[in-house]
Amino acid sequence: MAAKLPHKAEQARRRFLRALIGGGALLAAGGAGWLPLVYGGETRLRPPGALEEDDYLASCIKCGQCVQVCPVSALILADLGDGHGIGAPYIDARAQACDFSCDAVQCILACPTGALTYTKPEHLDTRGAMLMAAAPILLAKEKDPEPTLNLKERIGVARLARPDLCLARQGKGWKGAARAADYEGMLRFMEVDRWQPIPLNDHPFDVAVCDLCVRTCPIKGAISLEPLPGGHMTPVVHEPCVGCGVCEMACPTEPAAIVIDPRRGWEA
Amino acid sequence: MSLKESARLLLGGETRKPAPEDYSPGARQVHELKRMDVEHQRQLKEHAKLGHPHRNRWRNRRWAVLIAVNLLFVFSFWLDIQILEGALTASRFLGFHLIDLNSALQVMLAHKHILVNLVIGTATVFVLWVLLGGRAFCSWVCPYHLLAEWAESLHLYLVKKKKVSDHAFHRGLRTVLWLLFAALAFATGYTVFETLSLTGILSRALIYGPGLGLLWVLFWLLLEVVYSRRAWCRYFCPIGLTYGAVGLATPLQVGYRLGNCFHEGDCRKVCLVPHVLECVIKGRATDEKMDIGADCTRCGLCVDVCPSGALNFEVKGLSNWL
Repeated sequence: MAAKLPHKAEQARRRFLRALIGGGALLAAGGAGWLPLVYGGETRLRPPGALEEDDYLASCIKCGQCVQVCPVSALILADLGDGHGIGAPYIDARAQACDFSCDAVQCILACPTGALTYTKPEHLDTRGAMLMAAAPILLAKEKDPEPTLNLKERIGVARLARPDLCLARQGKGWKGAARAADYEGMLRFMEVDRWQPIPLNDHPFDVAVCDLCVRTCPIKGAISLEPLPGGHMTPVVHEPCVGCGVCEMACPTEPAAIVIDPRRGWEA
Repeated sequence: MSLKESARLLLGGETRKPAPEDYSPGARQVHELKRMDVEHQRQLKEHAKLGHPHRNRWRNRRWAVLIAVNLLFVFSFWLDIQILEGALTASRFLGFHLIDLNSALQVMLAHKHILVNLVIGTATVFVLWVLLGGRAFCSWVCPYHLLAEWAESLHLYLVKKKKVSDHAFHRGLRTVLWLLFAALAFATGYTVFETLSLTGILSRALIYGPGLGLLWVLFWLLLEVVYSRRAWCRYFCPIGLTYGAVGLATPLQVGYRLGNCFHEGDCRKVCLVPHVLECVIKGRATDEKMDIGADCTRCGLCVDVCPSGALNFEVKGLSNWL
């Protein structure tokens, strides 16, 4: 027996109820995408020139134009499961750091909304520790008339997180490719090609005392190897560090001895 | 259709029969003629059908445009031809900023600051879609629309086989969601809707590679196949309302000619938004020539399917010159 067709008022009531339930479910789904941000979760390394996290997430329009201009594909758009803004770009420095091989922080130029910006409007939040004491000098451009990067704030700062793993501190050197055989990260080496980044692993090293973090760092005066009391050496991070993550990427130990603390400022 | 009525239907108002005083003398005369002379009408209908075989002309053109636009995004990045860089939320066409109106709105509400590029890009896109017909964005550009059309074919097949049935939602839902997502963006300072936007997720997946977000797209396609025909585009997506509002003032319309219509209703069966086609029901048209309302996506399926040429694309103020 066929069920009696609901009459008009009953159909309208059902349409309304479905709308109530469907609309509620969609709002809940939207909330589920937002809650991980409320609770903070993992702090991600944002591209150079990024506003403070709240402003960044509010203003990023998730178009990926920054992704398109990056010569080393350092920027990744967050996926649904990442829980911190689907479509908003971040950097996984260990996989692929920003090595500034574009010379001019092109991602900032590409951003249509000012989520990445050369000059932050005054009314937006700025933490003092994020401000660079001086415009960072890009070693690749050191002899150019304008050697600096147009970058007012750092995106993080490097830290020797696992000193016991650091090869220099153990007096060890490094021979061969910096990373495991399947590693695909790219880096620019001035002595190889001024304009074209190459796979990091295509550039083997042979050093008596490991200083890969120091020799790959693209910024002048950001990191140096200093003697320890016992006669060994240790990497020391200095104020010009912008937090690009090249040291973390190039560190040959597994896991990396030196890492970037995303969005942390400089504390002397 | 009057602007007010067009807006009322767009926002989710129920369709209603026109009052007797709404009819123009011309329309009244045509309705009367159709009632009087049934046999002559039948002959006219048979004759008209010969001249209008069903073709997928507009559908094919539209699919070609939709695929071309999305491929232009993809190849601009993949092949580095740099013509249309970015995604559907925001892009540069040969260097000129283009910003999706709904995304721009969400960002401005969340960020509470207006940026010059955003204003330029938004204004450009606004003018573009005023000229090109508002919700034409949905059917001619949005990649989800194409997938949903294919899911819809499957849904209609299953309905015919009596395996599933269509469950309608109240059309006011989209307006409520539009307001709530705008309020949420403002209150949370986060573009909440962007996480859910099928348009954005699909556009990015095409350009930057697939991700888990596609599961969300798949969920909606499945829902539309088994539960509710074209549910996302009909009842949920706030982007459609944003572009629909732009379409209130557009000269690009699907026009209806009462004299050519034999009220068979094929157009309403293929339409994504059949409430805009109420005027084709026998006795409903208040004028001899009418515009289909702002909620119309200008997809052209009705133009293709009409057996008597009563529905056609028109550009107001230009049609007389063409």
